[in-house]
Amino acid sequence: MDLLNALIAFLNYVFVPGVAYGSQLALGALGVTLVYGILRFSNFAHGDTMAMGAMSAVLLTWLFQSWGISLGPLPTALLALPFAIGLTILLLLGTDRVVYRFYREKKAKPVILVIVSLGVTFIYNGVTRFIIGADDQNFLDGERFIISAREFKTATGLEEGLSFKTTQGITIITAIIVVAVLFWFLNRTRAGKSMRAYSDNEDLALLSGINPERVVMITWMIVAGLATIAGVLYGLDKSFKPFTYFQLLLPIFASAIVGGLGNPLGAIAGGFVIAFSEVTITYAWKKILVYMMPESLEPSGLVQLLSTDYKFAVSFVILLIVLLFKPTGLFKGQSV
Amino acid sequence: MNATLKNTVLFGIIALLIIYVGLAQSWNSALLIIAMGLISSIMALGVNLQWGFAGLFNVGIMGFVALGGLAAVLVGMPPTEGAFAAGGFGVVGALVLGALTIFATILVMRRMAPGWRRNLVVIAILVAGFFLFRGLLDPSVERIEAINPAETGYLGGLGLPVLLAWPVGGLFAAMAAWIIGKTALGLRSDYLAIATLGIAEIIIAVLKNEDWLTRGVKNVIGVPRPVPYEIDLQNTPAFVERAAGFGFNAVEASTLWVKVLYIGLFAIVLILLMWMSQRALHSPWGRMLRAIRDNEVAAEAMGKDVTARHLQVFILGSAICGIAGAMMTTMDSQLTPGTYQPLRFTFLIWVMVIVGGSGNNFGAVLGGFLIWFLWVQVEPMGFWLMNLITSGMDLNSPLRAHLLESASHMRLLTMGLVLLLVLRFSPRGLIPER
Amino acid sequence: MSDPYGDRGNKDVSIANPKGQGSLIPRHKGQSHAAPGGPFLIGDGMTAGYGNGPDILHDCTIAVDRGEIAVIVGPNGAGKSTGMKAVFGMLDMRKGHVRLDGEDITDLSPQDRVAKGMGFVPQTSNIFTSMTVEENLEMGAFIRTDDFRDTMAQVYDLFPILKEKRKQPAGELSGGQRQQVAVGRALMTQPKVLMLDEPTAGVSPIVMDELFDRIIEVARTGIPILMVEQNARQALEIADKGYVLVQGANAYTGTGKELLADPEVRKSFLGG
Repeated sequence: MDLLNALIAFLNYVFVPGVAYGSQLALGALGVTLVYGILRFSNFAHGDTMAMGAMSAVLLTWLFQSWGISLGPLPTALLALPFAIGLTILLLLGTDRVVYRFYREKKAKPVILVIVSLGVTFIYNGVTRFIIGADDQNFLDGERFIISAREFKTATGLEEGLSFKTTQGITIITAIIVVAVLFWFLNRTRAGKSMRAYSDNEDLALLSGINPERVVMITWMIVAGLATIAGVLYGLDKSFKPFTYFQLLLPIFASAIVGGLGNPLGAIAGGFVIAFSEVTITYAWKKILVYMMPESLEPSGLVQLLSTDYKFAVSFVILLIVLLFKPTGLFKGQSV
Repeated sequence: MNATLKNTVLFGIIALLIIYVGLAQSWNSALLIIAMGLISSIMALGVNLQWGFAGLFNVGIMGFVALGGLAAVLVGMPPTEGAFAAGGFGVVGALVLGALTIFATILVMRRMAPGWRRNLVVIAILVAGFFLFRGLLDPSVERIEAINPAETGYLGGLGLPVLLAWPVGGLFAAMAAWIIGKTALGLRSDYLAIATLGIAEIIIAVLKNEDWLTRGVKNVIGVPRPVPYEIDLQNTPAFVERAAGFGFNAVEASTLWVKVLYIGLFAIVLILLMWMSQRALHSPWGRMLRAIRDNEVAAEAMGKDVTARHLQVFILGSAICGIAGAMMTTMDSQLTPGTYQPLRFTFLIWVMVIVGGSGNNFGAVLGGFLIWFLWVQVEPMGFWLMNLITSGMDLNSPLRAHLLESASHMRLLTMGLVLLLVLRFSPRGLIPER
Repeated sequence: MSDPYGDRGNKDVSIANPKGQGSLIPRHKGQSHAAPGGPFLIGDGMTAGYGNGPDILHDCTIAVDRGEIAVIVGPNGAGKSTGMKAVFGMLDMRKGHVRLDGEDITDLSPQDRVAKGMGFVPQTSNIFTSMTVEENLEMGAFIRTDDFRDTMAQVYDLFPILKEKRKQPAGELSGGQRQQVAVGRALMTQPKVLMLDEPTAGVSPIVMDELFDRIIEVARTGIPILMVEQNARQALEIADKGYVLVQGANAYTGTGKELLADPEVRKSFLGG
């Protein structure tokens, strides 16, 4: 029995990765939920928007690296991030101008916009692959660990090491800042309130003098920011591969729906619910149980509930359970 | 120009395009486009039934197609010797147990009053059921997978004629659709899109990981064929002689002939399904569906059971996708779970339906052929275009190499562009609903 | 043939958000021009309908002058709400003009009319349910660039209950309180004229009386009020001017008292 080691192992393999992944999902789900609240459709192109944003950051990082610019211990990608966000904003505003606005003016039903976003998905996906290829790209530099497992072991003398990657630290801090700023914006500023008003009641917002095009423009700008940040953080933490972003769509949608579509607070909660379910259910608990159980009761197998290949299944089952018990999600949905 | 003439011209253009491929590239490619175009049309027909007739948004087509593929393996492949004895009963027992667990959960949910007591019982049943299931499944799976892992390592199939797999594939897809539809369409608000998206990923995950069932990413190869093998044809003197009579060498003639036979089989299925779809569309049932689609409130007020009709049409459409999936695996002669990707097997079918014309069966068929043609032919076109663009560049320039290398990604871009252009300028599709 | 951009009856809330979707097309169209004389607000000889549909209003005239309450009454389907919407520019005018304060505003879109000083309270969905009472009022003042705290204080004076509940989401209030929020939101623009579409629909008789009292108070602050009412008798009692519409045309016009006294009107519309 060694509860301390068990705790460290839990933190190392479950908690820290869960928080980092949860932050990434939450940022992604926030983008989806904002589009759902304001533009009233589920944006299937969101995963690929993340890929496009991350790709801009990767290319800019390489450029900065070639110029010899770096942030010392921090990844150069952080320096590239603001510029990448700028590029993604241009991309989304351009897409809106060329593609989505037409349907808005026609008062097309949201489901048509969903189909339109499928077309945009194809195009973004193709452009990403066209520019950077379909392979893994590494763009992480700087210090790899804030705390490395070996340092931790020598410092504490424990058997288990706790490693805390720089990317995990950055992910969590960035997510907290972004979420705080977003909520301040939505609840305290005139523009943010006008977004909520438009989401709540389009006609009344129009009659109150709120310019819908402006609301939509601000929304796309925020979504571009969120998608790029989420995409870059995920890419730094795991690796940048265009196809994985498309696959993130399911856990991201699941997060947004579990939390209550259209509700930003729900998107964040949903992100963490999905992330922790995925991590805990696909983690092999043997290591932790060995520390916790007396020797005679030690498990023989891996004590892994499901293989990691089933992580999408987990997000989906959680989604289904929540929908069966609370059809509007954990937080009441459909109100930004 | 009246509608019939216009449609004939549209189909004529497709035919010309395919003939052009035959002349300019090879007849093998042309016939392959026709065969896959037929399969694509069938999938599009299924999706059109759901979206065009009933407004159901299915984004899990990939899953139903893959289930059809699974059927081809389970029906057509010979059983692995000793596998069933080794672990078959354990696996079947575990699956039955799993089903019983879910059934018991549903029963408890229905019978007991809501509250913490019910939640506790449900959780207890699910946890106990899961561990029993795994306890029974895991050792059996291990034993099955230990049997000659390089060659088999799975249960194998029933060794029945593979043509039987086509309806079975439909049946598999229909059963999955029933489960999805029952949960997603029954909820107070409809969550079909996210449900199908999720289930499709789960089906693919199962196919990739449950080696005892499908050999997972090791793939099942050599699924028996309903048509003769090329090598047998080449060894048949009568065939070689007849081929020579037409001026073909035996190798080419055999590959062509096999494809022609497949096309014949697929065409029979398509015509049959098309005939049934058209009959359904113009039957009272089809009219009721459209009435529900156009005004659900009124239809409900007239006593139509909207949910039941939606469930029916969802199951039928999915079954058609399952049949197409079985056909495709049969023609490929292999099940490769790793190749199932949503962009190719779900969203591409959507492009076919929208471009062809939502709500029109002929539109779906046209869309199936046209989009499949583009999907296959955009790559050579892209190379041609890139060669043209890069012709002036230095042969060793990295940009030129990159552009040529990237040409293969043009197809996704093109599909998106086609979809957006059609939605914008011809939102009803090429052959609009009448 | 179905609408190419329609939803084919799709009700999937996991991909499409039906809530709060608007029907107004956010576009500026046409200009206003000077047309002095006449009442403060008048829809003059309006013949109008929706889109390419049939005419619903036939040469209908509705007007309100400074310091007045004008009420539109009539049987179900008489075009009362339609008449008001026509004045507000929400349907297609085929004949006739709308003039406000000496300006012809026939060609303006509804949101441009708001900027010109028309306050409109729709019959339904007239508040932002997910926002607090105070935020509702703030949104009402969205077009104003000056300090609107005074106006908000006035609204709170007029509707004290709103001050009490200002931090509560408006959707959680009772029916009568919601109507007060709706009127308050419209007042925040400091409108030159206030138009109310059945403000007492669906509230209890006690609440209705209270609402009428509040409306009179608003009128006393000098804002002309044009309203459509289902409860004809009570409405005519407080009205300076009454319009009885039948099948989209003016049937009877007069002061509230005259109409209440008119035996024809009493017999046909006020139940004797």
